[in-house]
Amino acid sequence: MIDPTGLELVARAVRGAVGDGSVRDTVHAHGAATLDVPPEDVHEVLGFLHSDADEPFDFLSSLHGCDYFPAEPRLAVHYQLLSTERRERLGVRTRVTVEAAESGVVPTVTDLFPTADFQEKEVFDFFGVRFAGHEDLRRLHMPEDYEGHPQRRDFPIGGEPVLYTFNEQRVPRWYE
Amino acid sequence: MEIRRQPLQTEPQRLPETEGLRVRQYRARQMLRGEIDDSKLAEHVESRVGLTTLEKAQNWARANSPWPLTFGLACCAIEMITMIGAPRNDAARFGAEVFRASPRQADLIILSGRVAMKMVPPIRRIYDQMLEPKWVISMGACASSAGMFNNYALAQGADRFLPVDVYIPGCPPRPEALIHGINRLQEKIKGQPDLGWRERYGAQGTEEVWGHDPRGLDGGLA
Repeated sequence: MIDPTGLELVARAVRGAVGDGSVRDTVHAHGAATLDVPPEDVHEVLGFLHSDADEPFDFLSSLHGCDYFPAEPRLAVHYQLLSTERRERLGVRTRVTVEAAESGVVPTVTDLFPTADFQEKEVFDFFGVRFAGHEDLRRLHMPEDYEGHPQRRDFPIGGEPVLYTFNEQRVPRWYE
Repeated sequence: MEIRRQPLQTEPQRLPETEGLRVRQYRARQMLRGEIDDSKLAEHVESRVGLTTLEKAQNWARANSPWPLTFGLACCAIEMITMIGAPRNDAARFGAEVFRASPRQADLIILSGRVAMKMVPPIRRIYDQMLEPKWVISMGACASSAGMFNNYALAQGADRFLPVDVYIPGCPPRPEALIHGINRLQEKIKGQPDLGWRERYGAQGTEEVWGHDPRGLDGGLA
């Protein structure tokens, strides 16, 4: 597990290799270390951590999306990295607005980690993050002709209204 | 506290006065040999032969041999497997143990689990491939009404896209409940003789035949 000092060392190495603006923030909470990275630098930072670092984070254990509504920028993509040499985990997070995510600001990392293929499809399906450079970006779980991205927080949950005695007045003539 | 017992039955129960097995076998042998005379022959035939209609006999046979499709959707499928596989439950007692892996050989589909939106077209296609007469059992809360998954991802009840004959409540239902559902289905098959599901649900004219639209909804394009 990376301690706060180790996280700062990783952040310094990344800043030295990619650029000063490549790490916006470091978050160490609940035993998990996370780098906050602007979306433009995601590919370079992950490429550095993947291969160029002295002890590389060579395994992408998870890639997932998140919606921080109503905070802005709303969407985020999380990369959970694992170093099999150091036996340490590192999170990389990038925050994007909805418009930026849909216009393709976040780059794909399938060339670094082939496992990101399906996980980026999933994030695109549920959150609408269009990964730039992904060769086969399409829906994974929902039907191909589905409209919208259902895991966004402003997406209606769907299904049917469940009628209880306290809300039956709101659904007039429900018994028909 | 004094426990009172029922008095034991001392007299042996009397069997109904019928011919013994040996006598019946003897009569049958006599009849086959032609050694039985006319009045006795008529009496024997009257007591031994039952008459029914072909439809009733057919439905009796159908009801006692529903062949389910090997088709599991979720955790209810485990209970369904237990219903067939475990000797404790033994669906073979009701003729429903012959699970067929091809929809062409099955006439009963058990929807055992939640139906995802993406799973609806394949299920409908499998159902259309089954030969008529065919029946559907909706097993468990999820297949019947989406259960606790009241959201965008699941079909809110299998009867949105299939004509369902029997709904089995439970989450998941016990194998005994599934067997009970099959028994209810058997009663339905025996009670509603010749009706295929189109007649049962008033769905005549909805057959999907390539190049033919009986409702004329294609505007003459086919």
